[in-house]
Amino acid sequence: MTVRVQTEDFDAGFEINQLRSARKDVGAVVSFIGQVRDVNEGDEVSQLTLEHYPGMTEKSLEAIITQAKTRWNIMDVLIIHRVGTLQPCDQIVLVAVSGSHRGEAFAACEFVMDYLKTEAPFWKKEATSSGERWVEAKSSDDDARERWNKTTE
Amino acid sequence: MKIKLFYFARLKETLKYSTEDLELGDAEGPWTVLKLKALLSKRGDVWGQMLMGKLKVRAAINHELVHDNATIANGDEVAFFPPVTGG
Repeated sequence: MTVRVQTEDFDAGFEINQLRSARKDVGAVVSFIGQVRDVNEGDEVSQLTLEHYPGMTEKSLEAIITQAKTRWNIMDVLIIHRVGTLQPCDQIVLVAVSGSHRGEAFAACEFVMDYLKTEAPFWKKEATSSGERWVEAKSSDDDARERWNKTTE
Repeated sequence: MKIKLFYFARLKETLKYSTEDLELGDAEGPWTVLKLKALLSKRGDVWGQMLMGKLKVRAAINHELVHDNATIANGDEVAFFPPVTGG
């Protein structure tokens, strides 16, 4: 597994290729990219600043990958999450999962994102025309995570 | 006993603390997260609002998310922060 928390941008194509070509028994790679939007809660967003808890953030992401690997028959997982100041259209996060078949890779990728959003210590602050504000956690994200406790697949 | 405290995001900004070392009286133990929150809340209104008020606060001990009834030990790293919003 690979976990990177960094201020620098990433090349998703390169990272996905690395994961794909690492093993000849890989049959599927599923990836997710999160991007900074220029709008939130009806307001224009000009900038986003991400804070994290060095040490805990990395451990928490590794623990999420370990859980995903226990639940699904997947080969490898990569998470890159950016911190610091970002602009609309900047990439925030990349999750990529390799496996033999698409089904388990799709499920594991979604599981990792749902858990990342509710468990990994990152906090967003956005700049709008009326000033800066902390982004509030969404109950819909908690619901998205909870459904993994109800289903077996 | 001695612990190290960290605050993040809105808490860090409002309390104007990012980290501090704190001595907790062994005689008043055992120390739980809730008891520590109550102690810190005595520092002033803004501390009470941030730690015991309406806003949700999450706590971690040694990088693990914990509940209010978790016990704190000597040398622990304790952190308080709002619900997370990454991704």
